[in-house]
Parts: sequence; C-alpha cells; structure tokens
Amino acid sequence: MNKKQGMQSVVFTNPPIITSTANIVGPMEGKGLLQGYFDYIMPDNLNGLASWEQCESYLMEYAIKKAIEKESSTMEEVDCVFAGDLLNQLMSTHFAMKNLKRPFLGLYGACSTMVEGMLLSAILLDGGFFNKIVAAASSHHDAAERQYRFPNEMGVQRPPGAQWTVTGSGAVVVSTSGSGPRITTGTIGKIVDYGIKDPNAMGPAMAPAAVDTIWQHLQDIGRTPAYYDMIFTGDLGSVGRDLVIQLLQEKGVDISNNYQDCGCMVYRENQDAHAGASGCASSAIVLCGYIYKRLLQDKLKKILFLGTGSLHSTTSYQQKESIPCIAHAVSIEMP
Amino acid sequence: MPNEMNKKQQEIKEKMQQQKYQSKVDNVTPTPPLLKNICWAFVVGGLICTLGQLFTDYFLGLDLPKKEASACATAVLVFLGAFFTGIGVYDDLGKRAGAGSIVPITGFANSIVAPAMEFKREGYVFGVGAKMFVIAGPVLVYGMVTAFIIGLIYWIRQ
Amino acid sequence: MIGQLLMDLTPLTPAHVLVLFVVLGGILSGVGLYQPLVDIAGAGATVPLLGFGHALVAGTIEDINSFGFLGIFSGALKATATGIMAAVVFGFFMSVLFNPKGKGG
Repeated sequence: MNKKQGMQSVVFTNPPIITSTANIVGPMEGKGLLQGYFDYIMPDNLNGLASWEQCESYLMEYAIKKAIEKESSTMEEVDCVFAGDLLNQLMSTHFAMKNLKRPFLGLYGACSTMVEGMLLSAILLDGGFFNKIVAAASSHHDAAERQYRFPNEMGVQRPPGAQWTVTGSGAVVVSTSGSGPRITTGTIGKIVDYGIKDPNAMGPAMAPAAVDTIWQHLQDIGRTPAYYDMIFTGDLGSVGRDLVIQLLQEKGVDISNNYQDCGCMVYRENQDAHAGASGCASSAIVLCGYIYKRLLQDKLKKILFLGTGSLHSTTSYQQKESIPCIAHAVSIEMP
Repeated sequence: MPNEMNKKQQEIKEKMQQQKYQSKVDNVTPTPPLLKNICWAFVVGGLICTLGQLFTDYFLGLDLPKKEASACATAVLVFLGAFFTGIGVYDDLGKRAGAGSIVPITGFANSIVAPAMEFKREGYVFGVGAKMFVIAGPVLVYGMVTAFIIGLIYWIRQ
Repeated sequence: MIGQLLMDLTPLTPAHVLVLFVVLGGILSGVGLYQPLVDIAGAGATVPLLGFGHALVAGTIEDINSFGFLGIFSGALKATATGIMAAVVFGFFMSVLFNPKGKGG
C-alpha cells in the first residue's frame, strides 16, 4: 500500500509514538522564557570542557542518554540514531556518536535537522524496519558564531533583525509501541530561495520555505489550519514569523490565531537576542521540553511542527550566493 | 527558440518575485536605532581619540619629538585594545559603540586578538598565528597597496 | 560617525569598513587633505584607522623625498612599524594569556 499522499506528504498507517524527550541548554537559555522546561541548564557555555565544540558533543550525548533514561530503556534497545548539528562535517554529532556506539545516520538540514530526523524515524518505524529510533539535534552559540560570522570577542554590533543561535540540544525517542503523542503525517519540503543574501536575515530567508511547506501540507492532507491547535515553526524569529503570516494570508490561509515560532519562545525581550532564537537547538529544545509537556498534559492535542533550515555555508555567502532554505513538517497528535 | 523565450520569461518572473519579497522583508525588518547608534559611536570614538591625545601630550611632555610621541601613544592604545579584548570587555563595548570602537586603532587591535584567542585551540601555528590576521590582514594589504600606488604617482610626478 | 552610518545603512561588515577607512585615509593623505586635519585634531585624526592609512602614505612620500624610488617600498612600513609591531606582539601575548569568554554567560 502506498503511504504517500498528495505531492510531498506521507500519512502513517501505524503512527509512531514519541515515547520520550529530553533537552539541555546553556545558561542564557536557562534564564529565558522556558526556564522550567529544561532537563539540565549548564552553568556556562563550556561546562568544564576544553572547547565549545566538545561542549556541543556533550550536549547531544546528554540529551540522547537522558531521553533513553527517562523512558527507562537502555541504549542497546535503540535501533538507530538520526542526528545532526551546524558545524562543518557534523563535528559535534560525530564525536557524540562515537561514545554512544549505536547505528547512526548523520543528517544535515541546518536548523531543520530535528524535524528531518523525526520524519525519517517515523517512516522507518511505520515501514516496519525498526522498533525504536532516536532523533537529535544540537547547536552551540559560540561554536556556530565563530564558524559562520565573527570571532565572539570581536566588538561587532548585531543588526536588530539578527537572531541568536541557541546553545543546547534536544532528543526524541520514537517507538512503535508505548504511550505518548503520535507522529501522524509528514511533509517533506523542497528548497525555496527568494534571493535573500544577508546571513543576518535568516528569518526572512526561511519564511518562504515554511510557507511553501505549510501550504503543501494542507493541500496534500486536505486539512485547514483550524484542524491544528497550534502550528509551530522552528527558528524564524519575530521578523520571519510576521512574514509567514503575511505570505499565507496572501494565499488565502489565515494562521494568525494558532501559529507561533519556537525562536520567539526561548529568550526574553531584555536578553539582547534581537529577533529571537535560531539554530538546530531552537526547535529541538522547545519541542523536547515545553511542547512535549503540553501535549502530555492534553493542553495541546494536535500540532503541526515545522523545522526550518537555511542551508548556506560561509563559502556560499562569501561568493555572494543567496541562501537556499528548506522546511519539513510533521503533525503530532495525541491519541 | 520558444523554449529559450520561456526560460527568459521565467527568469524575469523570478527576479520580480524576489524583488517583491525583498521589499516585503524590508517592511517588517526593524531598522537599527540610527540616532542612538551614531551618538554612541561618536561619544566612544571621541573618548578613545581623547585618550590618545592625552597619551600623546604625556609623551610630548617627556621631550619626545612629535612623531615619536604619537607612535608611542598608538602603541599604548593598541595595548589597551588588546588587553580589554583579552579580559572580554571590548566586545561588550563594541555592541554599544559599533563603529565608535571599531574604527580607532584599538579596534584594529581587537580584530587581531579576538580571532587569535579563539583559534588557540587549533594550535599556535595554524590557530593563533594564521587566524590573527583574518580581519587585520586585509586592512594591512589594502593599506600598503594604497600607499604604494600613491607613492608611485608621487614619484612619477616629481 | 561615518563608519556607523556605513554599517547600519549598507550590508558592509566591520572588516569591509576597516579596509575602506584605511584606503580612504591613504587617498586623503595623498591629495594633501589629511595632514592639516592631523595638525588641528591631533589624536582625533591619528587614532582612527584613517590615520593609519595616512601614516602609511605620509611615510612613503617622506622616504621618496629622501631615498627616491626605493622610498615607495620602504616608507610605508617604517612609519607604521610601531603600531603594527605593537598590535602583533600584544595580540600574540594576549591570546596566549587569555581564553575567550564566549557569550550568554
């Protein structure tokens, strides 16, 4: 039986279950809006390790181990891990995986990695290949900043539209049996590029990709935005969020009542994060803490969750290429 | 031929779509607080220069010729810029002052120390040694090229 | 200041602004506009990177006057040696002494 529906979507016949989640963040996120929703808040951005990159590996390892521990299963029961981060050649992910010793497939979807991993996990589980898969993503502010922009100690000013890369990691355990919210459908995004070149304007660059995927999802599955209690995007920030609402309105879809962006949920106004949070961990920590708890409490029943990634590199923007962007979506529903 | 025409048309359409989107983006993107930024830049930049003048005057008072006094003051400012970068204060200053703390010579020192310090983990040769000049390097290169060209013109006209 | 305007209104990065200022200082000096400014403003004109560009060019011209053609190559660095030397040496020692703090602490 073909599980594909419409142009880009899949509908799962035996919806896989998110049985556990865990997250970990740096001190700045710990002081933010979601204070009470983290498993561990590091005292500083190094956590006693020698480099920021090592610290990021630690973040991911912690999140995965904690998620497994929370549902009291063992590492050996995990059939496969999907994970990724922002650094060149997935540096932090690979060193984290070295210690975990589980079958592993590395993903690069920039900030869409979390949803990309969940989507693939759900497909493999519903396809009957595996029983338990972990999807994880991490990012580290200082490590990302020095790779993509300027050294951290350099006295540069960030424009008000810029976003702040989250230091943190989130992991979800997806299983064929157990209790928890289910991944019912998924929509795989395609690359959308509206010609934005400024790497400080990631929200505006990614907004059209998010719009494209939301629109396609609604078409493919035959739903209206009102079907969902909430629609979340990963890390568009306040500027990108406004653009998404505006662009969808032009297509005749109104999501202004039940839409929020994870990037706007991490930091407080006075934390100097400008337009909000970004990075793989932006969507990961919000999903693995706040959103998952709300789902378990039945405060949210049906959500559409999008990961948005801007797939530029330092080379590509120095060569004046525009920023190609992508968004993937999964719908998560309580039984 | 019609195929090519179609392609051209599509490209134009895409361009127009991009431009339309860009203007939409500009509408919602907050603009930097221009007046506030300029005031900060002016005050901080001014203070750094005043500091430079104080040092120059001090060295002049030690009976140094004008040029040497100015060079010594520069060295002191460079030291201060490097030191405050080292203890992690200069980036906080830069956040507020913007160009006010980038354009003076202290900003030049900051642009050398910041990458050098951060890439220490990549070793002393390829880390500190090589990365030191990622931002300062271009400044030296273009400064010297300018000096060379102007010198050449001056020499020919002589 | 002009630098702030440039950074806020154009997509130029601080690195671009620095390069631009040095080149601009060199050219202003070459056409003879910068030296009067130095005489009036003192450190106000020598401390910004415009002054660095000026020093490079002024040094070159001075050496051309005394050594001729060779001056094109020798003058620029002679005049700015203190600044560059200080920047590199202090830069090195600072980076050995201190570790980056990072942000968000």
